[in-house]
Amino acid sequence: MQPKPPPNPGRRKFLIGATSVVGAVGVAGAAIPFIGSWNPSAKAEAAGAPAIADISKLAPGEMMIVEWRGVPIYIVKHSEESLNQIDKNLERLADPDSATEQQPDYAKNKYRSRKKEISVLTAVCTHLACAPKFYPQLGTTDFDSNWQGGFFCPCHGSKFDLAGRVYSGVPAPDNLPVPPHYYKTDGLLVIGEDGETA
Amino acid sequence: MITKIMNWFDDRLPITATLERHLTKYPAPINMNIWYLAGVLLVVVLVIQLLSGIWLLMNYEATAEGAFASIQYIMRDVEYGYIIRYMHTTGASAFFALIYLHMFRGMMYGSYQKPRELLWVVGWLTYLLLCMLGFTGYVLPWGQMSFWAAQVIMSLFGSIPYFGEDLLTWIRGDYLISGITLNRLFALHVVLLPLALIVVIFVHILALHEVGSNNPDGVDVKKFKDKDGVPLDTKPFFPYDVMHDLYAIGVFLIFFCTIMFFYPDGGGYVIEYVNYEPADNLKTPDHIIPAWYYTPYYAMLRAITFPLFGLSAKFLGFVVMAAGIAIFVALPWLDRSSVKSIKYKGIYSKVFLVLFVISFFVLGYLGSVAPSPIRTAVAQFFTATYFAYFLLMPIYSKYERCKPVPDRVQLS
Ligand code: HEM
Ligand code: FES
Repeated sequence: MQPKPPPNPGRRKFLIGATSVVGAVGVAGAAIPFIGSWNPSAKAEAAGAPAIADISKLAPGEMMIVEWRGVPIYIVKHSEESLNQIDKNLERLADPDSATEQQPDYAKNKYRSRKKEISVLTAVCTHLACAPKFYPQLGTTDFDSNWQGGFFCPCHGSKFDLAGRVYSGVPAPDNLPVPPHYYKTDGLLVIGEDGETA
Repeated sequence: MITKIMNWFDDRLPITATLERHLTKYPAPINMNIWYLAGVLLVVVLVIQLLSGIWLLMNYEATAEGAFASIQYIMRDVEYGYIIRYMHTTGASAFFALIYLHMFRGMMYGSYQKPRELLWVVGWLTYLLLCMLGFTGYVLPWGQMSFWAAQVIMSLFGSIPYFGEDLLTWIRGDYLISGITLNRLFALHVVLLPLALIVVIFVHILALHEVGSNNPDGVDVKKFKDKDGVPLDTKPFFPYDVMHDLYAIGVFLIFFCTIMFFYPDGGGYVIEYVNYEPADNLKTPDHIIPAWYYTPYYAMLRAITFPLFGLSAKFLGFVVMAAGIAIFVALPWLDRSSVKSIKYKGIYSKVFLVLFVISFFVLGYLGSVAPSPIRTAVAQFFTATYFAYFLLMPIYSKYERCKPVPDRVQLS
């Protein structure tokens, strides 16, 4: 049995239209808290306190890892020998002059650092965020027949030189970021703040 | 007496009618074969996953600090905890193995063609949900693989031009993968996604029972009916199909238990060894490889090493990978053949279907090993053939010579 059609269709149409509009506004409004609650919480926002690293015992050729905001920060002390390497490989790099904004202004130089013998790098591959591995040795490696020292990402094979500059022809598009940092004293490195010189 | 009670209920709730329509009297084509078992086994696995999942939940702790330890606790200290967990991990692999067989059956017999387009689309939705369930569940033990797989897969969203980075932060709820991310994936894995999966599977079966089952010959069994309107080439689900389904479930469970009891790691495929190390946010494992059921798509992701049309290689890889999963949904509209079953389709359809299967397996292998220049080239080739099956279908399915299709089903 079909129900009888309503006597005044114009009125029904208006009511259906009006309730649909109000309903849609209501749904949109209700979606706000549900979507918004996925944003980083105050706790996540606050977890940005600077990390402090004692680098006084770091020997040339060594690397240490500290954690800042949950990400690994690599601190590498270069040997004389590897500092001399820094210009040897330019033609294989995608951005040898650090043109993209992957470092604070004070690190926008040949060594991408405040002190040329120390590199401070955010070890988050610019491809899909794995932590690249440190391969200081020169010569033939599993992944390169003429390796000049640097970082190799195990996930999809991106390569970076000792200053964190990305090779061309690898999945990662950009150089490894240099985090804000400064030296409180000679042996004390603060990561996460620019210090006064910024 | 029993009839009286039944009648009382039936007047208030259509119990008998529903059972007859969807179970006992459902007309199943007489020529259904072994490929038709995957569906019922999928339902069995759904039940296994729900039960074992709920039981895991009783001891699992969804925090970055406690997750890994709680899994060890389940494995060592909870009575039968290791069986419950292995049931769930084996179940996840079985789920995917069966869903791939089930989908392939549909591709062979043209089960996506009219009037089953919607049935196919709804089925594809369950596959999508299953992919999300697998991913979110994989993160929960918070081992090395959990952590870094989540890191890599979620970072894919960051490759979307313009708003990718913001979207990524929103999905993670943090500036990197953290306990906050774990918590939300947990909520999705144990509540939202299973709930959605159950609803979608229900709709899938409703849709099936509306249009009826296809069969290996792809002929319409409803064309010839007896005087009661029952299609001639069908038999009632009870007792015929119920019997052989029960038999199949038995065989399946023997196989399932063999893996669960004796090879719970599945040689590193069911549970990856790297995941026995707790998550370390400072150190990436040497090889990160997804669970076996995602490896074909992972190989596609890695195969895209070149930028194109001003889009980065990273974003394109993401798009191709997503397209590889998504493209199944388009099959009903890609196939222009007048014939359903591969049995009667022309030579091109056969060749391309075989090529598709080969591509799927080769990509699956390549996605599970470390990349090298040669492997990448091979992956590129087979990514192309994988998509060729779909994208060239409107042409080859239309212009090939098919065999004549019989009126009635054929019993060999
Ligand atoms: C329906 C399809 C489901 C699939 C494909 C699936 C898949 C998975 C996978 C792959 C894991 C990771 C296992 C490991 O590596 O240890 C996992 C873990 C887990 N799942 Fe599920 N799951 C499903 C449903 C459910 C449901 C319905 C629940 C609960 C209501 C649940 C609760 C859990 C819990 C608590 C864990 C963590 C414990 C563990 O890792 O063993 N799952 N799931
Ligand atoms: S995450 Fe480093 S190469 Fe992909």
